[in-house]
Amino acid sequence: MDEKYIKHRYAPIIPSKDEWPVVKLARERKEFVKKVADLAEARVLGLTGKNPEIIKEELETTLYREKLRIKQNPWAVDPDDENSFWSEVKSSLLQINTDLSLDKSKRFQAYQKVLHRITSRYAEEIASNFKASHYKFTRSVVTYGFSRLLNAARVKGIKSIFSNQYTLQDKIQITGQTDQIRDLATKGTIVMVPTHFSNLDSILIGWIISVLGMPPFIYGAGMNLFNISIFAYFMNALGAYKVDRRKKNLMYLETLKTYSKEAIQFGCHSLFFPGGTRSRSGMIESRLKLGLLSTAIEAQRANFQNGFNDSSGKIFIVPVTINYHFVLEAPSLIREHLSITGQERYYKENDEFSTSYKISKFLLKFFTKGSDISVSIGRAMDVLGNYVDQDGKSLDKRGRQIETRDYFISDGKITVDQQREEEYTHMLGKRIVEEFHKINRVFSSHLVAFVAFESIKAKNNKLDIFDLIRLPEEDISIPYEEFKTACQLVMDRVLELKSQGMIDIAPHMKRSMDEIITHGIDNVGMYHAKRPLIRDKQGDIVTEDMSLLYFYHNRLHGYGLEKLF
Amino acid sequence: MALRNSSKTKRIGVVGVGSFGTAIANMLAEKNEVMVYARKEEVVEEINTVHRTSGREIHPSIRATFSPEELCKSCNILFFMIPSAAFLEVVRNFGPFLYPYHLIIHGTKGLALNLGKGESLDTVQKLKRSQILTMSEVILQETVAVRVGCLAGPNISKELSVGFPAATVIASKYNEVILEGQRLLRSEKFQVYGNSDIIGVELSGVLKNIIAIAAGALAGLGLGENAKGLLVSRGMVEMVHLSKALGGSVQSVMGLAGIGDLVTTCNSVDSRNFTVGFRLAKGESLDQILASMDEVAEGINTIRVMDAFIKTVGIRAPITENLHRVLFEDLAIEDALQFLMKYPFSVDVDFV
Repeated sequence: MDEKYIKHRYAPIIPSKDEWPVVKLARERKEFVKKVADLAEARVLGLTGKNPEIIKEELETTLYREKLRIKQNPWAVDPDDENSFWSEVKSSLLQINTDLSLDKSKRFQAYQKVLHRITSRYAEEIASNFKASHYKFTRSVVTYGFSRLLNAARVKGIKSIFSNQYTLQDKIQITGQTDQIRDLATKGTIVMVPTHFSNLDSILIGWIISVLGMPPFIYGAGMNLFNISIFAYFMNALGAYKVDRRKKNLMYLETLKTYSKEAIQFGCHSLFFPGGTRSRSGMIESRLKLGLLSTAIEAQRANFQNGFNDSSGKIFIVPVTINYHFVLEAPSLIREHLSITGQERYYKENDEFSTSYKISKFLLKFFTKGSDISVSIGRAMDVLGNYVDQDGKSLDKRGRQIETRDYFISDGKITVDQQREEEYTHMLGKRIVEEFHKINRVFSSHLVAFVAFESIKAKNNKLDIFDLIRLPEEDISIPYEEFKTACQLVMDRVLELKSQGMIDIAPHMKRSMDEIITHGIDNVGMYHAKRPLIRDKQGDIVTEDMSLLYFYHNRLHGYGLEKLF
Repeated sequence: MALRNSSKTKRIGVVGVGSFGTAIANMLAEKNEVMVYARKEEVVEEINTVHRTSGREIHPSIRATFSPEELCKSCNILFFMIPSAAFLEVVRNFGPFLYPYHLIIHGTKGLALNLGKGESLDTVQKLKRSQILTMSEVILQETVAVRVGCLAGPNISKELSVGFPAATVIASKYNEVILEGQRLLRSEKFQVYGNSDIIGVELSGVLKNIIAIAAGALAGLGLGENAKGLLVSRGMVEMVHLSKALGGSVQSVMGLAGIGDLVTTCNSVDSRNFTVGFRLAKGESLDQILASMDEVAEGINTIRVMDAFIKTVGIRAPITENLHRVLFEDLAIEDALQFLMKYPFSVDVDFV
């Protein structure tokens, strides 16, 4: 009962590379970076009310934090001149502060100059280094290399390395609204918002975008990924710009937001991981980082202000979920999650994905061994979370056509109202989370992990989560028949939710319950040293690692399924 | 239908010409052109020709219409001033003509239920928060308008129309809605405060109706002013707990829409809720009282909804619970009072 997946590669929607927005942006990189720096400077000035004292304070805070970061948390990717740059900033500030001959407006100008240097530096650092030739190369490396590995692993025999029996698309199943996103990408600007569980996601999504025949998307990738030269190469080739999560100062954040907003307005399709970082708990992100999301709304309003009222100025939000049986980083992710929720303590943005060796090992494992992945493309929405039709027109809940522009109008005119746009960002965030849950595809491994964990929890209902995961593994055992009954109970509810359009299931979930359980146990976290679930000699269900079981169980969090226990 | 040219400045719309709607429409008409909506054609005719309806004067510049479409096309800002029983239906009638550019401020104090087809409060076992809608949530669910606000506070229509000093709260998540409401309504006799906790303000206005019934009952029993002080204070504590359980903030109950409106309503012998309590105390049954009232007192519905809710989530609200037993379970009002006096309220204030 296998479902039809997209097995062919789509024709590119824009055949000529020179027409790709991301290529155009790369051509105009210098002007674009300057524009971003200027606009970011203006934003900071606006936020500080052009008050020299407040600007001074912000500059000093930024300087202090940057100095601290350089000292306490240096990364390989950091440029060599960082120290000298910030020392210069320090001496300029000192000079302005002590120069008594400056009157208020002169001081303001002096501070503004320093501010400009900082935003220019940040804008330059953030900007992507997209090169079309690298992109083409990377794409073929990813496709060719991975499918070779895949065939080597699956088709037995020495010649198998040249076999074409399996392609990457057998392994990575793309489902959902693929035609709509292709269509809309030719009409307006796409902002894709995927769930984020693994560092592999960015490369995976990059590859999917190219399979769908769309020009590369730009996206903010964690700066730590650029620490590794091979990743940095891939990232640059895929149109990534850099996001440094260590820098939390006002100037950096405003520059980053400006970059994103301007790139969207430029027409670059963008990719945000709205959870901000990989989901530590294994749950579908429920609280989104709204900073970058707000830039999509700002860009949409700015397009309307500039008179782009047809679909060419329209921004489409496309939620995407990525489903895995196995997340390589799961053990460290869940450990971090538990230590963060367990006790509020400061933890460093660390970089556990640190060497090329580790990554190669990861990729090898990932592509040579079983473990399928499915990617669901959701229905496109406007920036207020209304679905759009094939022409990109927004529809309300009853299918009536409405204008997104109307949301930004007061008294007949488009107005800029930051507080209003903040509320809109919240609304959009909520809608994205709703859509994530709807397009999320249940895998057998999610089901068995969920049922096993909830059964154990129900048997120990006095324990909180931290005591639960400390239960001695050898004491835990669920009789198979009991487990099967519970699986059926949850499965029935999942199917009921599916009939209401609240969740989706993978095709392998249409087999018999025994087969689903076997498939699930075989696949759940299959390459961890300690398996989250196995069957013992008696055929009962046991676990080797409660925290991993908790991690994989969390994938079905948020549907009220735990009430069944 | 001839529609006004949209380039002309738009009117301010008021939906509903009951006593509160008329008072607000007249206040708005001091500074702006106003269009009101009434369901009945003869009422519209009356307003447009003799500028009055149901014995209430209507500002001569106000135009009336019975077409939701005309009202929506002529106005960017709409005030929904309708009784809660009709709210859902009226909002649904307006839904097809509302667009995201409309700003909506409502002045209705009530709760609606969000139940499946064929379900009612009698058939559902439990009532969760998601099944209870405040009026702004009704608007958000039924229309595409998002910039929604509410108007609440001690605003007895009779006093407003003779120009006594008063104040109100406009609550909305959107500053622009608050500012717009203030600009339109503020005058030397009418102060307008803003609050961003729209749910808390709506709930304050709703929950105070429960306490108003109890206040009427105390008056009916002739129990004096100490008892009333006790009720207002304990009533406020109960409002705080219920409001918090439904997603409102403590601060809003302390404000004009909460304590302000509570004091006014507990002292206003004309209020429908107060009257219900008063007549209960005089020995009438709920059926007898309802039979002789032309409009249902909102507090009765609120008590039913809140009683189901507190039983579902497992919190205690002694005043609400005991009024529910008096109204629907034949508990004698004296016994309810006895019960409340024995209830272990050990802590005076436990929420700040």
